[in-house]
Amino acid sequence: MQIAIIGNGISGITAARYLRKDSDHEITVISSETDYFFSRTALMYIYMGHMNYEHTKPFEDWFWEKNKINLLNRHVEEVDFDHKNLRFSNGETFAYDKLILATGSSPNKFGWPGQDLRRVQGLYSYQDLEALQSYSDEIETAVIVGGGLIGIELAEMLKSKGKEVIFLVREASFWNMVLPKEESEMINQHILEHHIDLRLETEIAEILDDGQGNVKGVKLKDESIIDCQFVGLTVGVHPNISFLKDTKLATEKGILVNEFLETNIPDVYALGDCVQHQNPPPGRRPLEQIWYTGKIMGETIAKTILGDKTTYQPGVFYNSAKFLDIEYQTYGAVPATPEEGTEDFYWQSPVEHKLVRIHFKKDTKAVTGVNTFGIRMRQGIWQNWIEKETSVEEVLINLGKANFDPEFFKKHEQDIIEAYNEQYGASLKLKNKKTGLMAIFQ
Amino acid sequence: MKNTGIFLILTALVLWIALLFGNTYKLTPEILLETASQEHADLLRPKLEDLFDQEHSNVFSFSSSIKNAITEVNKELDAEGKSDQKIYDTYELSLTKAAGDGLVSNNKGLLFGLVFSLLVLGALMFILPDLNLLPGIKNDGIFHHPGTSVKWLGIILGALLIIFYILLYFFPHFIANWIIVLDPLSNFMNGNKASQWFLYGFLYTIAVLVMGIRMLVKYRHSKYQMIRTGSVMFFQLIFAFMIPEILTKLNMPSADLKNMWPLDYSFFFDYRIDQKIEAGTLGIFMFVWGIILFAVGVPVLTYFYGKRWYCSWVCGCGGLAETLGDPFRQLSNKSLKAWKIERWMIHAVLVFAVIMTIGVIYTYMSGNSAIFGVIDTGTLRYYYGFAIGSIFSGVVGTGFYPLMGNRVWCRFGCPLAAYLGIVQRFKSRFRITTNGGQCISCGNCSTYCEQGIDVRWYAQRGQDIVRSSCVGCGVCSAVCPRGVLNLENGPEASRNI
Repeated sequence: MQIAIIGNGISGITAARYLRKDSDHEITVISSETDYFFSRTALMYIYMGHMNYEHTKPFEDWFWEKNKINLLNRHVEEVDFDHKNLRFSNGETFAYDKLILATGSSPNKFGWPGQDLRRVQGLYSYQDLEALQSYSDEIETAVIVGGGLIGIELAEMLKSKGKEVIFLVREASFWNMVLPKEESEMINQHILEHHIDLRLETEIAEILDDGQGNVKGVKLKDESIIDCQFVGLTVGVHPNISFLKDTKLATEKGILVNEFLETNIPDVYALGDCVQHQNPPPGRRPLEQIWYTGKIMGETIAKTILGDKTTYQPGVFYNSAKFLDIEYQTYGAVPATPEEGTEDFYWQSPVEHKLVRIHFKKDTKAVTGVNTFGIRMRQGIWQNWIEKETSVEEVLINLGKANFDPEFFKKHEQDIIEAYNEQYGASLKLKNKKTGLMAIFQ
Repeated sequence: MKNTGIFLILTALVLWIALLFGNTYKLTPEILLETASQEHADLLRPKLEDLFDQEHSNVFSFSSSIKNAITEVNKELDAEGKSDQKIYDTYELSLTKAAGDGLVSNNKGLLFGLVFSLLVLGALMFILPDLNLLPGIKNDGIFHHPGTSVKWLGIILGALLIIFYILLYFFPHFIANWIIVLDPLSNFMNGNKASQWFLYGFLYTIAVLVMGIRMLVKYRHSKYQMIRTGSVMFFQLIFAFMIPEILTKLNMPSADLKNMWPLDYSFFFDYRIDQKIEAGTLGIFMFVWGIILFAVGVPVLTYFYGKRWYCSWVCGCGGLAETLGDPFRQLSNKSLKAWKIERWMIHAVLVFAVIMTIGVIYTYMSGNSAIFGVIDTGTLRYYYGFAIGSIFSGVVGTGFYPLMGNRVWCRFGCPLAAYLGIVQRFKSRFRITTNGGQCISCGNCSTYCEQGIDVRWYAQRGQDIVRSSCVGCGVCSAVCPRGVLNLENGPEASRNI
């Protein structure tokens, strides 16, 4: 059986690896982005000189041949679902028995005049990186449009090369659809500390041409003009499925899949960034472009294809990011503003960029999630607390167990519990605090 | 400021190299008699006749002439069947030093002060401005910089280091002037004139301290890194450099009390055992201490904390790697092939060290110079010292920092690291924990692993990292952008491998 996988990102590659683990089918991974799987999340580090492209490949090149996973550098132009055939841009065709679509995302562009000029781009693919590197020296001032995770990464990248960076955010505060006010404001402040010119509630109207097809500036909605040699468009991504439109395949924003990641066509599956879940798992959005969900989908689909029909179950939500120097982890659900019947306990260090917010239900005090900034916490412990609906007070007295900071780092559990006691008139005490000699043998 | 710093460092370097050419030498029969023993002086005198009372300005030809004289004497002794009288002392160095009588010899203190104040000042001017940056991981441009990505500057640095080690180990008489300028300091510390090993120890300590400050600035957001760096700086300055010199001054056997067999491969050599026995109680204590360190200290401490307690907190080689070598940590090879070579090589060196040591002890106890009448223990000992002690740990181990990363010796050659590694792998509470599914496979951890461990391989599977070679430097955890990795000690059974 020939299993064709379109896309060699984390989702497609994980599917290929798990299919190989448990079967002897032919597996062919097709991509025109790169010859080998690399970690897209590391693109920024290549530009900043932290790593070379080679370092971003999670597996050495011999791995694929040794594991009999065929890698094909081709661009799929058309899928003939009736005849189970792919047509590549070079005219070749490729017959499959089962097809996995893992085509990922493309950066959004909202129809701004000038959005296709040279030195205007998003940051998603290896080609995006190559483009940026090719004209990096021409950039003195860069404008980033869109206050999300890729936006702040792109700002950090350009700043690391000494560029003037103007960061335009439509909202009143950075990423405030996701982050509660205090978190968002802390990041605003940190962005400014890095001398990135953050401009909130600012939108562009037009990207200006220098007459030779290059960007020379942006015009804002208030008609003012910013001169720049680069515009980064980081206003989200959308499923990369344009070549699948007008086929039998059911799509809306993304490729529609059921809980087994099956599409409306037999023997055709989809996973990763490009899918839209018809019945998303509890607490999950229909489109969820996260690294680890791609991995889980890859594992799930391999089981289903090999006869063990398995539901996609990503479990308790989690995610992480790094905003310049501030690390962020989140477990469970922490909405930007508390919903009916829930509330937040929040603590922030007065001197450092450290912040912990625990979201819980008012009636049972059961925790539903946590945001942690500048303090690393253990996923396993939090997952368990959230699944077991542990009360916020129980969590707080055991908070030390969740700490994942390196040895000798300052511990804040005592400060946190004192803040809770003060806010809620409680008298909780930390549990399991080893003192004296025993503290050495942690 | 940074550029001024570089200028001062380069000035110091040029001056330092110029010192090699800034002296004159005049050997007299009196100097010969003061420097060499009576019988050696008698043997050498006829051969050195041509050099006497003439002023020489070229250290290379001058010291080589002395070396040739010694070689000729030894050849003649061989021919006359008097091999037992052969000269093994390195008079080519001591005579060159003693004959020195020029600019360098007459301005030792001044030149020493000038070179090293320029060097240290320049380095600090280069390092300290980074305090103005916000604390956090600072790896920008590492793979674009010609010094840290095996481009022209890295190759030049590597070549200079390699040349330095070759001169130090095999041609110390060529760098006699460097040793001469250290005489005042040596005399102050231990009461004797400087040897090539004093020079080496001094440079080593300066490197660890200055580059340690760089490390402290770079990682000032990480208390683990700061304490660890403080620890290697302390052990280098106090244990490796000062205590041995003080012991010498007090006429006691000099010893680096934190160094241990089998890294300290000459620990069981006859002359070192004899020296300790002669020194009485303190000497015996040192001998017992040395045995306790490797026989009890290694298994116990490695069980609780992993090999990091030694390799990245105490050890001198580790100390240099973690400070001077830190800019090159990303150059280690992460391939599976390199790991295979590593395992063969490092364990082979351990076996070699054990066999050599057993042989040496056997000879010491029994008086027989050969094991089973076949293997000559002296030869074994000589080849170990030459191939492993000098070439591997020095020339390759440090000289290759800018080419193959800062832990070449620790990873491929150190027999003590092999021994610690076996304990760490099979009987230890230490592991690097992976935090659930948060890994995004970015590769920072693997890239910055100085030991060439493909950390990501484990992290992206949610597995803990338990590898014999891990020295627990903690940099993988520091560079991880998602807070996925943590160095921990805990119940052995909880290691998820």
